[in-house]
Amino acid sequence: MIGPLLVGVYVFVLAMFVGWQVITKVPPTLHTPLMSGSNAISGISIVGALLIAGQASDRIMTWVGVAAVAMATINVVGGFLVTDRMLKMFHRRRDTEPEA
Amino acid sequence: MGSTVFQLAYLLSAVLFIVGLQRLSSPETARGGNAIAAVGMLIAIVATLLGEHMLSFTWILVGAVVGSGAGLFMAQTVEMTAMPQMVAIFNGFGGGASALVAIAEYLELARTGGSLETAHGVSIMAGVLIGSVTLSGSFIAFGKLQGLVSEKPVTYPLQKTSNFILLLAMLAVGTWLSISPPAGGVDWFYFMIAASLALGVLVVIPIGGADMPVVVALLNSYSGLAASAAGFVLVNMSLIISGALVGASGLILTGIMCRGMNRSLANVLFGAFGGGGGPVGGGGGPEGDRTAREVDAESAAMMLAYARQVVIVPGYGLAVAQAQHKLRELADLLGERGVTVKFAIHPVAGRMPGHMNVLLAEANVPYDQLYEPDDVNPEMAGTDVALVVGANDVVNPSARDDPTSAIAGMPIVEVDRAKQCIVMKRSLSTGFAGVDNPLFYLPNNAMLFGDAAKTLTALVREVKEL
Repeated sequence: MIGPLLVGVYVFVLAMFVGWQVITKVPPTLHTPLMSGSNAISGISIVGALLIAGQASDRIMTWVGVAAVAMATINVVGGFLVTDRMLKMFHRRRDTEPEA
Repeated sequence: MGSTVFQLAYLLSAVLFIVGLQRLSSPETARGGNAIAAVGMLIAIVATLLGEHMLSFTWILVGAVVGSGAGLFMAQTVEMTAMPQMVAIFNGFGGGASALVAIAEYLELARTGGSLETAHGVSIMAGVLIGSVTLSGSFIAFGKLQGLVSEKPVTYPLQKTSNFILLLAMLAVGTWLSISPPAGGVDWFYFMIAASLALGVLVVIPIGGADMPVVVALLNSYSGLAASAAGFVLVNMSLIISGALVGASGLILTGIMCRGMNRSLANVLFGAFGGGGGPVGGGGGPEGDRTAREVDAESAAMMLAYARQVVIVPGYGLAVAQAQHKLRELADLLGERGVTVKFAIHPVAGRMPGHMNVLLAEANVPYDQLYEPDDVNPEMAGTDVALVVGANDVVNPSARDDPTSAIAGMPIVEVDRAKQCIVMKRSLSTGFAGVDNPLFYLPNNAMLFGDAAKTLTALVREVKEL
């Protein structure tokens, strides 16, 4: 049996490869939305932030938790929304001109 | 750590992130992909709220309301030209949240007098270091892009040495903290936090404002790695996977930006490039012995209107002049006259990867009219007019021809190979790299001087009158 942290290392390395494969297929025209969108995904640490805020037993931990939740939520809410706002603007040529 | 159902919910969220990123491979599916990733995030949040024992939801609600309000406001109001700053600041918050997760874990262990396994300790220290560097570094990057902090590289003697010594000290303290009982290490732990925040500031201030795109891409990667580190702290696979995906994404974008400038990452991070009065490249003879031909809006409009193919090369100067909409109007007019119009977008044309594409999309330029330099360069000889708007270094032929140039080897849009080239610019001054541009003096080039917005308005009027 391997320990949970070692399992984590396996998962991390394999996920890096998956990320590499998937992201290299993103065309340059979408690199800004890719950055803001992947940024929103890195807001996944909200999971840990929720645990601190929800399980805080003293004042310091409460404030650490509230700060962590607020930061992560800005990242998640702002990141996904601004990505959507950008992607909404991308459109094809409306009337396709005949190629000469 | 919750029941199997909730663990599987985390797995589902990670899968949705991957599917969402996969859908970013085409503008047609990208918006749906972003929504899928958002659903993945919602699932992870719900799984945490239901699956973990919570003492109180009050403070969660307080943080979530504040964060959602701020995030919503920023996302709705930000100008597309200010997107790099906003992504920088979001990166910072992501890194900060991850750092706080690691900090809380350590402080809780110290309070309860618990013991610390070395591997767990290393995860915590990595989370604090990467997360805090991301937080403070991103705020400096934000300040530089927003003009709040000097865009110029801030340098002082022994800068790299002192940063390196600080890093070594932090590694030593971090190692000691990882193997010591947390109850006795809290003061040194606070040192770790403060030193990490300081390091973030110190490594970003020597980098010039125009290199911030690379820094933001790199900090994007760090924000992912910080989330992964938080995942190791909590032993949560969803965090580890998501963090790794973002880490890989940021690294790829960093590489693309560096290749776009033909500079190594080390040169960007430590080179203090663009410090005003930067190196003037070779080949720049005295002004007097060469003349740049000038053209007026009327003749330029004639050349454009009677061309078969026009390639437009926009640069950041276009965005500064807020002239994207005028440019699109011109492109549409030319298109109506049967001219094939293509936009050539250099990777470093904007202020972050893909920035120029977003600015043009906002101005309603269809994305299938946007091309990469490699796609249009082979067509240049058959292009009647290449129109350069607010760009300079990315069309400088000395990058290709002059091995001694400061920008030698940088990929360029080869407008000098078009039958006719028109450069719209305020003056003959050099670009960011401080390198003289021989393109201006070529026989097939003409300069159209003036403010981009005004000149484009004049061009639109002249084309309409033809």
